[in-house]
This record gives sequence, C-alpha cells and structure tokens, in this order.
Amino acid sequence: MKVAYWPGCVSRGFTPELHGAMEKVAPLLGIELVELDRANCCGAGVLSEHNMELADTLNARTFALAQQVEGAELMMNICSTCQGAQSECQERLDANREYREHVNSTLAEEGLRYEKGIVNKNFLWVLVEEIGLDRLRSLVKRPLSNLRVGPFYGCYIVRPRPRLGIDAEHPRDRYLEQVIEALGGTVIDYAGARKCCGFPIVTMNKEVSLRQAGSHVGEALDLEADCLVTPCPLCHLNLDLQQPLAETVVGRELGLPVLHLPQLVGLALGLSPKELGLGRHVVRPQAVIDWSTAVVAGAPA
Amino acid sequence: MAQFTLRVRRYDPNSPTGPYWQEQTVELEEHRSVLEGLLQIKALYDGSLAVRCSCRSAICGSCGVRINGEPGLACKTHLNEARAFSEAIGKGGVIEVEPLGNMPVIKDLVVDMDAVHWKKINRVTPWLIGRQPVPQREYIVPREAMLDVTQTMACIQCGACVSDCLAMEADPEFIGPAALAKAYRFVGDPRDDRREERVRELAEDPHGIFECTHCFKCVQACPKEVNPMGQIIRLRRIASADLGIVDQNNGVRHEQAFATLVKEHGLLHEAELLPRSYGGDSWFGKFHPAAGRELLSSLRVIVKAILRGKVNPLRAIIPHRLATADRKAVQRIFDHVDGKKSPHREQRYELNLFVVGEDEPQESQEQTEVTR
Repeated sequence: MKVAYWPGCVSRGFTPELHGAMEKVAPLLGIELVELDRANCCGAGVLSEHNMELADTLNARTFALAQQVEGAELMMNICSTCQGAQSECQERLDANREYREHVNSTLAEEGLRYEKGIVNKNFLWVLVEEIGLDRLRSLVKRPLSNLRVGPFYGCYIVRPRPRLGIDAEHPRDRYLEQVIEALGGTVIDYAGARKCCGFPIVTMNKEVSLRQAGSHVGEALDLEADCLVTPCPLCHLNLDLQQPLAETVVGRELGLPVLHLPQLVGLALGLSPKELGLGRHVVRPQAVIDWSTAVVAGAPA
Repeated sequence: MAQFTLRVRRYDPNSPTGPYWQEQTVELEEHRSVLEGLLQIKALYDGSLAVRCSCRSAICGSCGVRINGEPGLACKTHLNEARAFSEAIGKGGVIEVEPLGNMPVIKDLVVDMDAVHWKKINRVTPWLIGRQPVPQREYIVPREAMLDVTQTMACIQCGACVSDCLAMEADPEFIGPAALAKAYRFVGDPRDDRREERVRELAEDPHGIFECTHCFKCVQACPKEVNPMGQIIRLRRIASADLGIVDQNNGVRHEQAFATLVKEHGLLHEAELLPRSYGGDSWFGKFHPAAGRELLSSLRVIVKAILRGKVNPLRAIIPHRLATADRKAVQRIFDHVDGKKSPHREQRYELNLFVVGEDEPQESQEQTEVTR
C-alpha cells in the first residue's frame, strides 16, 4: 500500500534512528512511503497554545499536501504527538465548514486546499488496521520469544478517546499489546503504559518531568521488563536520552532500553540491531542486542 | 432485568485489615447506573459500604469514583456500558469501582475533597472581584464576552479531573485542572478587575499553569465537557500574547521560541529550542547564563548522545529545514494569521466546539446542492 508519509521533526532531529528504522521496515511490510518533504511542523500542542488558528492552518497545509499524493490510501505518521496534535486540528477543521473555508482561504495563496475527512494514522494503527495482525504474524522471522516488552503509548495517541477514534471496534489503546504478542513477545502489564512521560514540561519543571519518566521506567524494571517500546519520539527523549538524569531524580539505577515501534517490528522481521540504529540510543539496548544474536545463533538453518 | 458483578474497593480506617476488594452481583435493568448498583449493594447486601451521592442525575457532582480505572460520575455511567468497557480492557465484564485518586480516602468510596480539591480551588480566589467603580445598576456585558466562560461554568466540582491528573500524581503541589479551569472562569470574565494579577501569579508559580503536561487526562475525565486542559492553554496564551509576561518557569519563552523557530525553518529545530527556552528567544539566547547552567547540568546525556551518533553536532548548527519555497509559504501563513500588522487580527479566531457545536451533516449536504 502507498501512504503519504509524515515523519515529523524529531524523527529527523534528535531521534534519527526512528526515521531510519521506519524506512528499513516499510518495504518488508509492503508499505510504500511517499515522504511529505514539503510539510511543516505539527506544532506539538505548543503552536496551538501560541495561536490556535495558526496551528490549524499549518496542519491543514500538511493535510492538503498529503491529499495531493496520487494513489496514497492514507496519511501515515510515526509520532504519537503528531497524531494527537494533528487530530485536534482536524477535529475543528472537519466540524465546521465556515471555519474550514476561512482556513482554506489562507492556504489558497499557495494554491492548496484541504478537503474534509483525511485519514491520518500512526504506524501503530496502520500495522493493526491496514496490514493486520495475522499478516504481521506470518512475516515474523525472529519471534520475540522470551523478550519481555513494556508498552509505552504517549498521551497524545490515547486521549481523548472519541477524538482518536478509540472504541470497542478499534481498541487503539490496546494495539501495542496486540502487536507485541503478534511478534511473539511477552507483554509487561504495568501502570505507566498510558501515563505521561513528562517531556512537555522538561524545560519548565525538570525535576517533576524526570520523576515521571523515572518512575515509569523503574516500575517496568521491577516487573522484569527487558525493554519498553513506544510510538512517540518525544517520550523516547525523556525515557531514553534523559534516563541517566532521571536516575538521579528517582534515586535508583535504571538502565532500561527503550525501543521505537519500527525498531521492535524490524527486529522481529529479521533486521539486524545495527540496521535499526539500536546502537544510537543513550541507554544501550545490550540485552535486546544479545537476545537478537542468541535467537539467530539458536535458529535452525 | 440483568445481572452485573461489581468489584468494589473497600477501606475502613478503623479496621486493621487495610484496603480490600469485595465482589457482589446485583440485579438491575441494563440502562441503570453504576450508582444504582452501589446503592443496591448497600441496601440489600452490605449496609457498611460508604458512598457519597445526592442528585443521581449528574448535576451535584457528589458521586465521583473510578470505574474500571477511569474517573467519572457513578450516576452518569450505565451498567451495560461499564460492563462492555470492562470486557474491552480484559477485565472480563466485572465492573471495578474505586475511590477517586490523588486524594486521601476517608472510607470506601468517599475521599477527602477538602484536603485536595477544595484547598486548590480556594487558592485561585474563586469569586469575582468587580471592576471599579461599581456601576449604579448592573454591569453591562456583551453576550459574546460571556460565551467564552460558559464552558468552565459547566463545572460541577466532582473532582474527576483531579483524580487522574498525572502532573499532580508526580507533584501533589500542582494546582491542578479543576482549580485552573476555575481561574479561567474569572480571567475570561470581562467584569473581573484582577485579570492580570491572576494570570501573573499562576504563570510565575512553579506549580501553576506551566506544570501541566498536556496529558489530556482531565479532558477525558470531565463528565461535563469543561476541557480543563483547554482552559489552562488559554491562560498560557493570555499570559504570553496579551500580557507579555515572561515567567520564571520558562513557559512563555519556550512557547515563543518554538513559534519563532518553526516560522524560520518550517520544522522544529530542537537543538536551538532548548537553550532559547532558558536563555531567551533569540540567537543569543544560548549565551545567557541560564542556558549555560542547563547545558552544564545535561552535559552527561548530551555527550553520550553525540558519541552514540544520536545527535549530530553539525545539525545543531545547520538544522534540518524545509526548501526555500516551502519555508516562505509557512512564513506567509505566520504573517497572515499571527502577524502583528495583519489587519483582521484584532481578535484571535478560537473555534470552540463546546460553544459552536458541530455542523449538522444534512445542512452541509443541502448547502452543497444549492451551490450546484
């Protein structure tokens, strides 16, 4: 399937391994990525705080560019925060025609126009709803046997439920667990999975921010997790990049690897840790790398 | 009639057993509420169960509890919906009822609202301080000006948002969603005389508006669609855009630097955003002592990130940015919507779906046909 692909800013900035891993994994899943290289920052909730109409107009521009990609079935992102921030703007744009026309009049200068009803899905949703868990299972080359994985969603992709289309038919706030199991891994059920990583206030109140990150990581460690997996690069910054500092705040040693979702999928589909950029994390995912080589060594030829 | 199993978290301060779970099956019609289930337990099986309630119709805000881990009103949650949700999250259809979080439990489902919720509400001076001189007759206010605060006036003080606030969980001193929504109710009221003082205080307080993490818990928790997080964001917007406050928590600096950098590059330039959030929104921000102190305290992780090839030091100087034509397009949007000189920008356009509602789908179809 062909998708209009929005990688976001952070996946090309401080978490380049995420964008890299997605590009490696996509062909294995039969996803053709048409990168929206003209599209702009989603605003991450901060731009809409600055000026709501500005954020709505900038995201309408991204949607309009995605709608121009010929043959694309939908728009796909790889960032929970992009998903949430863009869904919030889309909710307003789609709800009110007068407002949409007002925003479109600003876009008209560039010859762009947003038509109501774009389908914008995070990679996690694409995995479950478009590719399907059965097909995913059939593609697994290196099942995540004995790998204990804690899901970490990020707030923007699970709340509020109606805006993100979460209902009995689409339990999108349970998809990470479903994917981990489909890949052959063991799910760690811990309270932090749908809580806040603290990243949005890391410049405002660093101690409280890192206390949030540190306590979720600590809790997963207590339940003997080998790693966490997240569809949000901003969560990854607080959980991985800042983890050594979070250790100081919560007063205990941590050292739990945090994987981006495409990295975990890539490992199961047989890609090497190096191809997936696992060596680029601040917390070296040694346990996961060792596990992957052990599985390969033990696999029948 | 149908059967429902309720699993209630019990706690009696006078008993040495500590908290425990108690399961009881009740028989009620499908559409009855969780509160009615609890009251049936109390009436028929165990009179010692403590639960607070009054109006039973989502007006008084007394029966706030957590149902299947989610905060809400027991009287506004139907038993069949609660059972379906329990099934969906793998709890097998058993309806779990617990007291609200972030507050001390007095007994069973009754929490101490005074200790947390009301204390925080009182912190924001929850009454109108009338503009002077007081008019001879009534204050005359345009209808549109009051529309803005109707959303926060819908609050029934049930404490559901306080229960699950994740910033408050990490820092009990955070003023929290209910009190900050209440603060906006007066900041947004044109009759109030202390708008600036109110906002300044909440911006400078390290546990004020800039400690909210945008986790959307309160948005989801609220049974009356008050959208407390949305009101916190409005308070921040007023602090920054209207009052020009530069707070000690880096809140306004962070927001302004974010906007400046996206305008400049079309994408976010993180390596520049961090120092500017501390040192000020200009290229020179990184040379401010506050930015230096922050750099020093994070040096450990920055060095590690560079060594691992996660952060490319060259990228910090030459950021990833859009092509010239697209950058110009983004800048045009900024100038048009957000520019100081923009003629139609006297008032911000904030579409509030709580106030305007959604288009009727039929109406928009009819309209299209007319245009054809």
